[in-house]
Amino acid sequence: MATDTTTVTSPRDVPPGKAPAGRRPALRRDGRSAGVFLAPGLAGLALFTLFPTAMALGISLFDWPVFGERSFLGLDNYSHLLHDPVFRRVVLNTALFVVLYVPLNVVVSLGLAVWLGPKIKGRQAFRVLFFIPVMTPMVANVMVWRLLFQPDGLIDSGLQTWFGVHAPNFLGSSSWAMPAIVAMSIWQGFGYNFLVFSAALDQVPQSQLESAQIDGAGALHRFRYVVWPMITPSIFFATTMTLITSFQVFAQPFILTQGGPGVSTQTIVMYVYNQGWQFLNMGLAAAAGWVLFVIIMGLSAIQFIGQKRWVHHDV
Amino acid sequence: MTSKEASDTNSFARKARSGISHTLLIIVAIVFLGPLLYAVSTSLKPADEVFTPAPHLFGSEIRWQNYADAFKFAPFGRYFLNSLFVAVVGTLVVLAASSLSAYAFARLRFWGRDQLFVVFLGTLMVPQEVLIVPMYWLMQSLGWVDSYWALIFPWAFTAFGTFLLRQFFLTVPAELEEAARVDGCGPFGSFFRIMLPLARPALAVLTVFTFISFWGSFLWPLVIINSVEDKGTVPLGLAQFIGQQGTQWNLMMAASILAMLPTVLLVILLQKHLVRGLLVTGLGGR
Repeated sequence: MATDTTTVTSPRDVPPGKAPAGRRPALRRDGRSAGVFLAPGLAGLALFTLFPTAMALGISLFDWPVFGERSFLGLDNYSHLLHDPVFRRVVLNTALFVVLYVPLNVVVSLGLAVWLGPKIKGRQAFRVLFFIPVMTPMVANVMVWRLLFQPDGLIDSGLQTWFGVHAPNFLGSSSWAMPAIVAMSIWQGFGYNFLVFSAALDQVPQSQLESAQIDGAGALHRFRYVVWPMITPSIFFATTMTLITSFQVFAQPFILTQGGPGVSTQTIVMYVYNQGWQFLNMGLAAAAGWVLFVIIMGLSAIQFIGQKRWVHHDV
Repeated sequence: MTSKEASDTNSFARKARSGISHTLLIIVAIVFLGPLLYAVSTSLKPADEVFTPAPHLFGSEIRWQNYADAFKFAPFGRYFLNSLFVAVVGTLVVLAASSLSAYAFARLRFWGRDQLFVVFLGTLMVPQEVLIVPMYWLMQSLGWVDSYWALIFPWAFTAFGTFLLRQFFLTVPAELEEAARVDGCGPFGSFFRIMLPLARPALAVLTVFTFISFWGSFLWPLVIINSVEDKGTVPLGLAQFIGQQGTQWNLMMAASILAMLPTVLLVILLQKHLVRGLLVTGLGGR
């Protein structure tokens, strides 16, 4: 083992499976203890993630009522989804949420993170402040915004007092309900990306920024050519994660609008919930869940392929 | 004009600009806090004054009684205890399972390690929504529907913690551990005596994230808990307010504020660790 200290500086440098021949006995001993170290995590993951993932695919091929006879359907659940106008609408609603939410979230969080640069006093307090809704229970946050959006709620009564006009009935109007859900979601969620971007921006060396300034680079130029390349990994990380989680939107429409008016704000996850636990059709719910999974996997794959074009990994 | 001259002549302008910038930031912060302040003010109003016009932050009296009444409206005491139990036990299971496997992936050499780690990472892609139907069926088969175990175990083995802690363990210099091993310390000894104590900041981050995700979890409890009065968690209790005829907004806001308090305190207490933790664990994307 002692040879390691001289040849290896960190375990990252050890190519897998290429340990020198003299290390065989140690390898075997590691193997046995690795089994013990991995047992709880591996067993839990196998039972509660790997097995259910496969099971979901199986269930999606059945007519699987919560109680009663199950019968094999093949791909019928999937073709039902394809032809169900509600499911189509639900996919469109979810896509609309994602298209509005992800770019706005990134712009707001990155903008504020840049604004709150190292020279701002009390930035730690701002960081904590913006992080609070991320950490508080989503349901509690949504309740607060439900009150805010009510007729005679804060927004409406403010407009009445100062401008003498009524606000739209945000949650009861099919054109306002989705923007209202997006606004609420940005309020509650941008703090996470804000913190990620702040942490990344803190690592940009001030000396490089100053030397760029001395060379006559303006603020925009400094951002584009010094800051941006250094934070692209964070931007990539944040957009990918936000994209994935925003497809899973559930609590906001569930509590703000119950998916209404009509089905205008119902999302894919609400559809899964309704099919499974309102209509007790687990097979269809599992199929809808798999469709969501495939969408998420596809988009993540596109993100990962696309990153080569703009993410700088070696600065 | 060179930039040096510019910085001299503009120092006053810069100060003014930073003052304006700061003022704007404070305005942004107040707007941002608005919903929460509104919730607090509503939670202290009498029921018939909830919708008083905008400039009046408070009603004719400040009713602290609403907080007590919220506990009478629904068994929030019970919900809090349930949530606390689930979140604490869940967090402990997550910390134990993921630190052990993270150590194996970061420090031990064994056959198929890298392939297995890819499988671990792959499971991060599976959204909860795909798992929720088979998980319900699994819970039915285990007889766990409507139980605390169902609230805790299905989500206590995600690969997130393993990934996060492995990133941290990789940054610990190998020399530290090698020295201990030469002195006869086995992998378990060096895990418990060297790696775990060093990993405190990363463990703190994982604790916060895990506790909060258990505390705020909504979809799964909604699905798996039938006897809400008995085994319901805080978010389920809050959701009971909706669909009520003539919603009691003041009580609902009191309950929401109470539901937020534990996590707000956690964030304020651990703020420094959070930012640092994001850096050391690579969650900042680096």
